[in-house]
Formats: sequence, structure tokens, C-alpha cells
Amino acid sequence: MITVQDLHKSFGDNEVLKGINCEVEEKEVVCVIGPSGSGKSTFLRCLNLLEDITSGNVIVDGYNLKDKTTDINMIRTEVGMVFQQFNLFPHKTVIENVMLAPRKVRKISVQEARERGEALLKKVGLAEKADQYPAQLSGGQQQRVAIARALAMEPKLMLFDEPTSALDPELVGEVLEVMKQLAKEGMTMVVVTHEMGFAREVADRVLFMDEGIIMEENTPEIIFTNPTSERTKNFLNKVL
Amino acid sequence: MFDFGQVIDFLPQLGKGLYYTLLISIVGLLIGFILGAIFGLGRISKNKFFFIIASIYVEVIRGTPVLVQAIWLYFALPIILQFQMASITAGIVVIAINSGAYIAEIVRGSVDSINKGQMEAGRSLGLNKHQAMRYIIWPQAFKRMIPPLGNQFIISIKDTSLLSVILVPELMFQGRYIASNHFNAVEIYTTVALFYLVINFSLSLLLRYIERRLNY
Repeated sequence: MITVQDLHKSFGDNEVLKGINCEVEEKEVVCVIGPSGSGKSTFLRCLNLLEDITSGNVIVDGYNLKDKTTDINMIRTEVGMVFQQFNLFPHKTVIENVMLAPRKVRKISVQEARERGEALLKKVGLAEKADQYPAQLSGGQQQRVAIARALAMEPKLMLFDEPTSALDPELVGEVLEVMKQLAKEGMTMVVVTHEMGFAREVADRVLFMDEGIIMEENTPEIIFTNPTSERTKNFLNKVL
Repeated sequence: MFDFGQVIDFLPQLGKGLYYTLLISIVGLLIGFILGAIFGLGRISKNKFFFIIASIYVEVIRGTPVLVQAIWLYFALPIILQFQMASITAGIVVIAINSGAYIAEIVRGSVDSINKGQMEAGRSLGLNKHQAMRYIIWPQAFKRMIPPLGNQFIISIKDTSLLSVILVPELMFQGRYIASNHFNAVEIYTTVALFYLVINFSLSLLLRYIERRLNY
């Protein structure tokens, strides 16, 4: 589903990604962990070209994002993204947030978009909030709406950029619950997270990133119980 | 010693002035808003050429007094172009061009103030840049524009009083004409001031109402 070859990304003189190589298979759940500033989020944002790629290749669903002829808008319809800060549209109601892209990009009818939107809100447990505005919702509810909004495009792949980092601790569980459900249904997911419990329980594979490279990648059992790299050990000692 | 009763006799003439003040304000600001939207987008454009043109426009207009702009347009430009504009047309052009520069800055500031995550969220859903601007950024930016826009509308309406120097028959022009012929400066200029106050205060209330309606 995703192939990343020698991905480099610089902001000016500051090289944030220093040669990333990885593969994500269909239906796989990959969690990316690592200290702040290690390039996790930048890496994730390169996968749907929210950050342009300095060098290397990122191939998503068979399309090379580096290729000038690749229609990035078309790729993005297949790649859902959930942000740390939710980024719901504050001037639109919950259901309008979910309906916007299917209506304007997929060009489906209002009625179909509404039905799909209502079904997704039900799925994330927020059917009764459809006509409220994002500001009236708690952080956890907003993030669940954001997940529903991304799912409304029926993506083949979902990217999560620290989806629970901006939440009050007691609201983290409800968002992780929705993500677990999604993983169970076979969604391909790349999740940048600090929730080690989630990574351990849900991930098929964990990538540990530090200083712009993938230091170690393995199954969660091995990463969390018997990491090979010293950096991984140090990091896990601090966070676990 | 002041006779405000006599003002009634001059109301038709002041009314005529009011008509031109409103006409020039409304048409001028309407065009100014369009100019402001276009050049405001120029100021945030990645296109160097468009950005430079917009920046020159904004800086030239903001850097010169509106009175000088009016006099230059009415008395100097005709000499260069060998073409004299009607004073009312010139008045509309001055208000449009002048307010357009300030509105461009209001548009730029409002669009810039929308969190970058909004554009990213839109683009990540597959909306193209144009769609994301139209459905996500503009509606939010527009709401933020209203208070400074209202401010600019009020300033521009008051600026129309300067157009009396290029012989636009607006409210201030009529006031001066009456007062200098009938020696009733206190009564007439007080009335003229009240006219402006009523227009601008009504506009203030209208804007406050719109702002409340757009609250979410």
C-alpha cells in the first residue's frame, strides 16, 4: 500500500528526515513512536504530500507522489488524515463537516452524503450531535467527528498524527476505541502516537524513529519487551 | 440667537447632497470591495507578479492622502490624458480605489489569520486549493473581516466629504454652499454633521446585527 524509499525532507538547512525506508502492507496497522522532534509527524505528512518531498520516493497505492503527473488530489481522496488539533471546520455543523468532501470532491448527492454521514457518526457514537457545531463538542467528540469526516471519503488508508495528544486524559479512551474498531475492520493505518498501550495492543508493527531515521522496526512484542537498539531502550524506559 | 427652524427650508438641497453622498459611498465601496478582494488575494498570492502589483497599489494608496488623490485624479490626470471625468464619476473612482487598498489589507489579514490546519484538513480530504478556499477559508475569513470592514466603510463614507473640493455635489458641498450664501454656518454645519452621524451610526448597528447573526 505504501512504499517509502530513501525519503529525505529538509526545511531550509534543517534536515528533518534523513533517509527513510519502509513498507506498509494492505490492512496493516503501523504505529510510529519516538521522541519529539524525531521527524514522526513530518514523515506522516509526506505520505499525503502535506509536506513536499525533498528527495526519495513515496509510492502510495501504486502512484509515485514524486511524479509530476500524479494527481495529488486524487491520491488524497484515498488517504484519510486525522490531525492532533482535529481541524474541524468551525463554521460548519458536525454533519456538514462530514458531508463536505464527499459532496464537493466525490460529487455525490446531498441525500447520499447525509445518509453516509449519519451512518459514520453513528459508528463513532455521535449520531445525536449531527447538527451541533464543533465548538459545542468536547475534544474527544471533535476528534471522533474528524475520524468520521476522513472516513466519509471511503479511504483505503488512514493517517493519524498524534490523534490523542491534544486531549484531556479522560477523553483519550473514546478516540482510541474508535481507532481499534477501525483496525479490527481491516483498515490500513499509520499512526503516530505516544500511546504505548495502544501501539502494543493494536499495531502489527512498530517503527521507532529518532533523529530523522527509523532506528528500529519490529512487532510490538519485540519492540516493547526486547528492543535491540540502545536508543529504543532509553526512550521506552522514559515513557513506559 | 440660532434659528434651527430655518434648516427646514434647506432640507431639499441637503437631501440632494445626501443622495450623492450615499450614491458615491455605496457604489464606491462596492467597487472598493471587489478591488480589495482581488488585490487582497494578490497580497497572499505565490505569483510574484500579482503580488508585486498588489503591493504597489496598496502602498501607493495608503501612502498618499485621500484629498491629494481626489485632486490629482480630477485636476492633474485630465491634463495627462486629455480627458475630463465628471466630478461624480471621479468621486466614485477615488472612494473605490482608496477603500480598495485598505480592504485589500483587511482581506489579506483575515485570510492569513485562519489557522493553517484548516487548509490542510481541506486538502487532505481531496479538495483542491480553490475548493478549500471557497468552502473553508473564505467563509471563516469573511466573518473576521466584518468588524474592520465596517470600520473602513465608515471611514470611506466620511472621506466623501472631502470630495467637495472636486465639486462633487455631495452633502458637505451643499452645506458649504448654503452656509456661505445665508450666513448660517452653525445651523447648517451642525445639521450636516448630524446627517453623517445618523448614516454611520445606522451602519454600525447593521454591522453589529450581521456579526451576531454570523456567530457560530
